Amino acid sequence: MSKFAKKKDGELPAVSTASLPDIVFMLLFFFMTVTVMKDSSLKVKNELPVASEIKKLEKKDRVITIYVGKPNREYEKIAGTEPKIQLNDKFASPSEVGDFILMERAKKAQELQNVLTTSLKVDKDANMGLISDIKLELRKVNALKVNYTTGSGDAFNNLN
Amino acid sequence: MASREEAPKVNAGSMADIAFLLLIFFLVTTTIETDAGLDRMLTRPNIDVPPPIPERNILPILINGQDELMVDKTIIDLKDLKDITISFLDNGGASNESENYCIYCQGERNAKSSDNPDKAIVSLMSNRETTYGVYIAVQNELVAAYNHLRNREAQRLYKTDFTAMEVLYANAETPKVQKDELKKKIRSIQKLYPMKLSEAERQ
Repeated sequence: MSKFAKKKDGELPAVSTASLPDIVFMLLFFFMTVTVMKDSSLKVKNELPVASEIKKLEKKDRVITIYVGKPNREYEKIAGTEPKIQLNDKFASPSEVGDFILMERAKKAQELQNVLTTSLKVDKDANMGLISDIKLELRKVNALKVNYTTGSGDAFNNLN
Repeated sequence: MASREEAPKVNAGSMADIAFLLLIFFLVTTTIETDAGLDRMLTRPNIDVPPPIPERNILPILINGQDELMVDKTIIDLKDLKDITISFLDNGGASNESENYCIYCQGERNAKSSDNPDKAIVSLMSNRETTYGVYIAVQNELVAAYNHLRNREAQRLYKTDFTAMEVLYANAETPKVQKDELKKKIRSIQKLYPMKLSEAERQ
């Protein structure tokens, strides 16, 4: 019976933390693979609409992104509350879109300059007027390939 | 002198902390990107006047500032748009003898609707006040209509879906030989039902 008498009560065995690094590394690798580096911080509300017939966007180096949406709360004082265009890190008017596209295009490698796609990341509450202005500018600089970037889902969810 | 055989153990207790630091760095500096959407080619700015198109070959879709949808002078529900578009595109109204006759069309062959898919033009007009979300929903339904017809033809000719071929073509792991073949097939289907979407804005 001495076997049982040895047991001291009230003392819990310590949980081994030896596998903690492994778990954290796993998380780390997950985030490293599924995310991409931020290149500009969003200054506008950007809740994308959803669509079901979507196609995957081209590689990231072939895409120029234009954001449209209502300015965030902290920028309301300088930019107002109406939807605005964001190019890189600053607010812009529709007339600046053309120059922006030309500048971004010039930055890309020669062989990519003809295959660039313009990705429009537009908040679902924005109005078409602004989008039409952007499209007009894009046509002027011959950036005809456009992708209306959306999330995936049932398009009827956009209606409300 | 300490024995050479025994290398001192490195304390691995802080490994977790280092990994956490890295993890938090990645959490802060990266985002999960949305990288899919509806592809659309804009039309070139043309100066010359386009040739007159008979009214039967145009499907006029209007979205007004209150996000209401009107097709052919009647207000419709968004969920009916796909079927209306399909029946318009697939109509094949040109008569048997004419050169525009569409062999593969399965529509009603109504003489008052489009002659053949190559002639059929969907005209989408939006107002400045139209909400972007609604516009995307309409675009999505139009693409769905085209995809439906293209899938049907792809099933008939190649026993596969058009959208599946497109996904396979975009996949980087697909070998080049197969890609060339896919490209030919995709082109041929696109030729049967070319996407002719004209967009204009009404003030």
